Amino acid sequence: MSSQKIPLAKAINESLRKALETDPKVLIMGEDVGKLGGVFRVTDGLQKDFGEDRVIDTPLAESGIVGTAIGLALRGYRPVVEIQFDGFVFPAYDQIVTQLAKMHARSLGKVKMPIVIRIPYGGGIGAVEHHSESPEALFAHVAGLKVVSPSNASDAYWMMQQAIQTDDPVIFFEPKRRYWDKSEVDAEAIPGPLHGAKVVREGEHLTLAAYGPMVKVCLEAAAAAAEEGKSLEVVDLRSMSPIDFDTLQASVERTRRLVVVHEAPVFYGSGAEIAARITERCFYHLEAPVLRVGGFHTPYPPARLEDEYLPGLDRVLDSVDRSLAY
Amino acid sequence: MTVESTTARKPRSGEAAQDAGAGRKTTRAAAATPAGTAKTAKTARSAKTAKSAGTSRANGTPGTAAGGRTPAGSRSRGTSGTAGTDAHGAAETAERDDELVQLLTPEGERVARPDYDEYVADLTPESFRDLYRDMVLTRRFDGEATQLQRQGELGLWASLLGQEAAQIGSGRALNDDDYVFPTYREHGVAWCRGVDPVNLLGMFRGVNNGGWDPNSNNFHLYTIVIGSQTLHATGYAMGVAKDGAGSAVIAYFGDGASSQGDVAEAFTFSAVYNAPVVFFCQNNQWAISEPTERQTRVPLYQRARGYGFPGVRVDGNDVLACLAVTRAALEHSRGGAGPMLVEAFTYRMGAHTTSDDPSKYRSDEEREAWTAKDPILRLRRYLEREGYADDAFFAQLEEESEALGRRVREAVRSMPDPDVMAIFDNAYADGSSLVDEERRAFAAYQASFDEGPDGSAAAGAGAEGGK
Ligand SMILES: Cc1ncc(C[n+]2csc(CCOP(=O)(O)OP(=O)(O)O)c2C)c(N)n1
Repeated sequence: MSSQKIPLAKAINESLRKALETDPKVLIMGEDVGKLGGVFRVTDGLQKDFGEDRVIDTPLAESGIVGTAIGLALRGYRPVVEIQFDGFVFPAYDQIVTQLAKMHARSLGKVKMPIVIRIPYGGGIGAVEHHSESPEALFAHVAGLKVVSPSNASDAYWMMQQAIQTDDPVIFFEPKRRYWDKSEVDAEAIPGPLHGAKVVREGEHLTLAAYGPMVKVCLEAAAAAAEEGKSLEVVDLRSMSPIDFDTLQASVERTRRLVVVHEAPVFYGSGAEIAARITERCFYHLEAPVLRVGGFHTPYPPARLEDEYLPGLDRVLDSVDRSLAY
Repeated sequence: MTVESTTARKPRSGEAAQDAGAGRKTTRAAAATPAGTAKTAKTARSAKTAKSAGTSRANGTPGTAAGGRTPAGSRSRGTSGTAGTDAHGAAETAERDDELVQLLTPEGERVARPDYDEYVADLTPESFRDLYRDMVLTRRFDGEATQLQRQGELGLWASLLGQEAAQIGSGRALNDDDYVFPTYREHGVAWCRGVDPVNLLGMFRGVNNGGWDPNSNNFHLYTIVIGSQTLHATGYAMGVAKDGAGSAVIAYFGDGASSQGDVAEAFTFSAVYNAPVVFFCQNNQWAISEPTERQTRVPLYQRARGYGFPGVRVDGNDVLACLAVTRAALEHSRGGAGPMLVEAFTYRMGAHTTSDDPSKYRSDEEREAWTAKDPILRLRRYLEREGYADDAFFAQLEEESEALGRRVREAVRSMPDPDVMAIFDNAYADGSSLVDEERRAFAAYQASFDEGPDGSAAAGAGAEGGK
């Protein structure tokens, strides 16, 4: 595979394939990842080509999946674990938070935890409850974990390669409603750093910051605003922990306004952290308070209401108006 | 979606943009979204969902097992002396297994089981017809729901096809004051509890996340996170015991769920507190694509012994045996003897859910072998053999079944979408100032779409919770 236009899910599949080929210590683990290729077919064909020892269907037990991955990592393996849906990571939350995140520190740096936990996350696919959540802040709050989310196929391909090579545990949030979106993936390219933010659209009047599924919404909002003569810059953060504040700060210092957009509830969400840091860093540059657009402090609603719950173009543009009105 | 919402909706983005003089904001949104109506957006969304399902199917080249994996159908059971049987031997072996309680053979012949016969000795020809009726109507309801999903009326459906006997047999064993903790496939048990089948569909249609009052039929909400409800059932049963209530609790779960820590913890708690709970595991052979062998190396019912309570394996396609065994288990628990595990050995004849493609991981032969053990056919043969039912009965039931199908179809099609402000309802029992603030802000934001063409009074809110 050199340069080709493929869906995001396929890009991850290619990336996992490459990792399995190049490093015999890489393992894929999870429920239904084998013959079925996962419920989203992200691991499609991998067991067929790499065997059951490398692509492992696990018992239906998330704590077990992550806990044994920790043991395998202690033994020198690099497990890439699939959690079937966002809402099902919680049985494993204890292992992730109390064990995985702290092992390196507790061993005074002697032990590495090169584990990637892949989680299809976010809404917009009309699913039943526990299949549409955005729990990234719950992980980003925990020291020792790295938390990333690609927004397009190319980043998905490269960020997965980098996440697998990283010696720290990475929570890899895959925007499930973008799985079928295609973009150009150049497997020969030289990727930027895993935790680097990217300016994906340049603009003058305001910065929109987003990651994962919301980047596309922000790009659409910027296109709509352009028709009214408003020039919005869009920054794809790509990583929620750590966050590339330098890139964001540089953007905000130019545009002087920031709106942060994510699907997760706004209250105590990643937007709160970004707003606080950017306010500290850019206080004298800001023309308006940093605004946030996201979910409500309510359970994720049933599918028939998710279009209203999820930030769309109108909600983003509404906040843009508010910011520009200051 | 063909359904027109009956709730009056405020014009949103594109919808409003179609009227002359629509708000500025909406015009803008319409400009940016090529298919600029809210309705179209919804359609696009469902199209995408459909596409995702389509993708799953399109990729459906059956995988070839690599390595030393035993192909499905020749899975070794791990019971002493039965390992390594040839293709389809596993199920047959289990069926020959003395430990599998069976009262009706697949041919509909009554077999004697002195230890369980007494539990069904009271059954009259009419009660046999009732059991048959329950299974037929449940299957009809389930089939209707599958169709409705195909027609786009439901987002998803988890079919119970093949598991009717396990559910009706166990469901009819319950007393009114017993309490049920289901997973997400217990439509037959819900039927036995008198829950209107239409209520089960709201969650799958996406208009609610549950939708019934668990206490009105002693039937708890469906639980999607695997295994969680077994602990709730145990706690409830601990409460029942504290109250000296003399009823029992039953928790349903699958063979896959048996691997979850929660289930192991439920076994531990129920044992040490001697809780009156019956764990009813429907071993339908599969957890999505993973066979039971991927969850356990011993027959599941034997697990109980290690925790200190009895376990029994029953032919899950034999409604009579399921009724007898569950009655016995409930009696055991109600009588103060603590928990009990029932493993109903059955088969999921359909897909895991409507978005699953079983052809990727299991063979047609396997399904056919189990079709021969169809629980409904089995009871019908028995009814005919005994002369318990005549043609008029079957004809009348067919009519009843049609009527049920019609009622469900119509009810689903006219099920309104919830009002958008329902998002803010019930997050807290005592309310929350934060939610109130977000509700007000969102209402103002919604109202801003009804304003004049200049959009002058920008609501200011989005999700942010107001200024
Ligand atoms: C904690 C958790 N992990 C994963 C899932 C996704 N999932 C839904 S059903 C299912 C298989 C369940 O199999 P089993 O327990 O045998 O019940 P069955 O569906 O066969 O009735 C899986 C993996 C889930 N719902 N909850």
